[in-house]
Amino acid sequence: MTVYVNPFRQLRREMDRLLTGFFPTTFDEFLPGFVRGQPAVNIWDQGEELMVEMEVPGVKSNQIDISVTGDELTVKVERPDLTQEDVIYHRRERPTGIFTRVLQLPCAVDAQRVQADLHEGVLNLSLPKAETAKPRKINVATA
Amino acid sequence: MSLEEFDRVRQLIRNEKNDSKSERQGVIIMTTENTINKPDGDVAAAEHTRSGRFYRPNVDILEQADELLVLADLPGAKRDQIDIKFEKGTLTLHAAVPGRQSQDQRYLQREYGVGDYYRTFQVSEAIDANRITAEYADGVLTLHLPKAPSIKPRKINVGT
Repeated sequence: MTVYVNPFRQLRREMDRLLTGFFPTTFDEFLPGFVRGQPAVNIWDQGEELMVEMEVPGVKSNQIDISVTGDELTVKVERPDLTQEDVIYHRRERPTGIFTRVLQLPCAVDAQRVQADLHEGVLNLSLPKAETAKPRKINVATA
Repeated sequence: MSLEEFDRVRQLIRNEKNDSKSERQGVIIMTTENTINKPDGDVAAAEHTRSGRFYRPNVDILEQADELLVLADLPGAKRDQIDIKFEKGTLTLHAAVPGRQSQDQRYLQREYGVGDYYRTFQVSEAIDANRITAEYADGVLTLHLPKAPSIKPRKINVGT
């Protein structure tokens, strides 16, 4: 059997690992979501499922595209540019455009049972872990 | 911190640098940055008089013929928790946002924090304070600041 290895993905993981050691992770919680030109995500493990939260103010549900393949989650968010003519902008901090986040999840999830909801500009995803990813107790057979 | 995040932080730093140069034209409305902003940019800063952490919401301020519009991103804020005050030429925006996960929640990946939003703006007297209105939808607050009649352009006919 041939095992296909994507060298780019490996490199990316390696870089992530390096950078994670470089910067203190506590720094992140001082940042609000959606300030750095891309919607930020928080991911946590809730036992049976993985939870993903994203701040996407001003985005309607039909402007969000979510797809799941194995352990990869892709969220595409479109925040349209509503620039009007004859308007003077004194300040422009709210990012617009199409943002795509491809997230590597720690385990495979059941794509069929993924749920998403959007309230007050906060997107919540519930991703049930795939059966294959759950821990399984193996009994040792005695002779 | 992942590589992607690193990119974004770098981008933010770049934006900050640009920001200091641009968007500082003579305006009717100015944001008073010193109250909330940390020297290192668009990150949350604690306000000393109150407990908890405050986040500075992103805003767009645009000027139309008869009003100024302030659009503020307040994701996660509930309508009845948004507090807008106008006093002595200062517009204060505050929204209480309780944490959505428990305090001791451990994250696999954490890129942002959740907390109250706070920002103040200096508004000139050319704004009709009594007619300020606000609406909120999908995590975005829209504030309408109507211009006072005195500063609206007025056509003056030359008498014969």
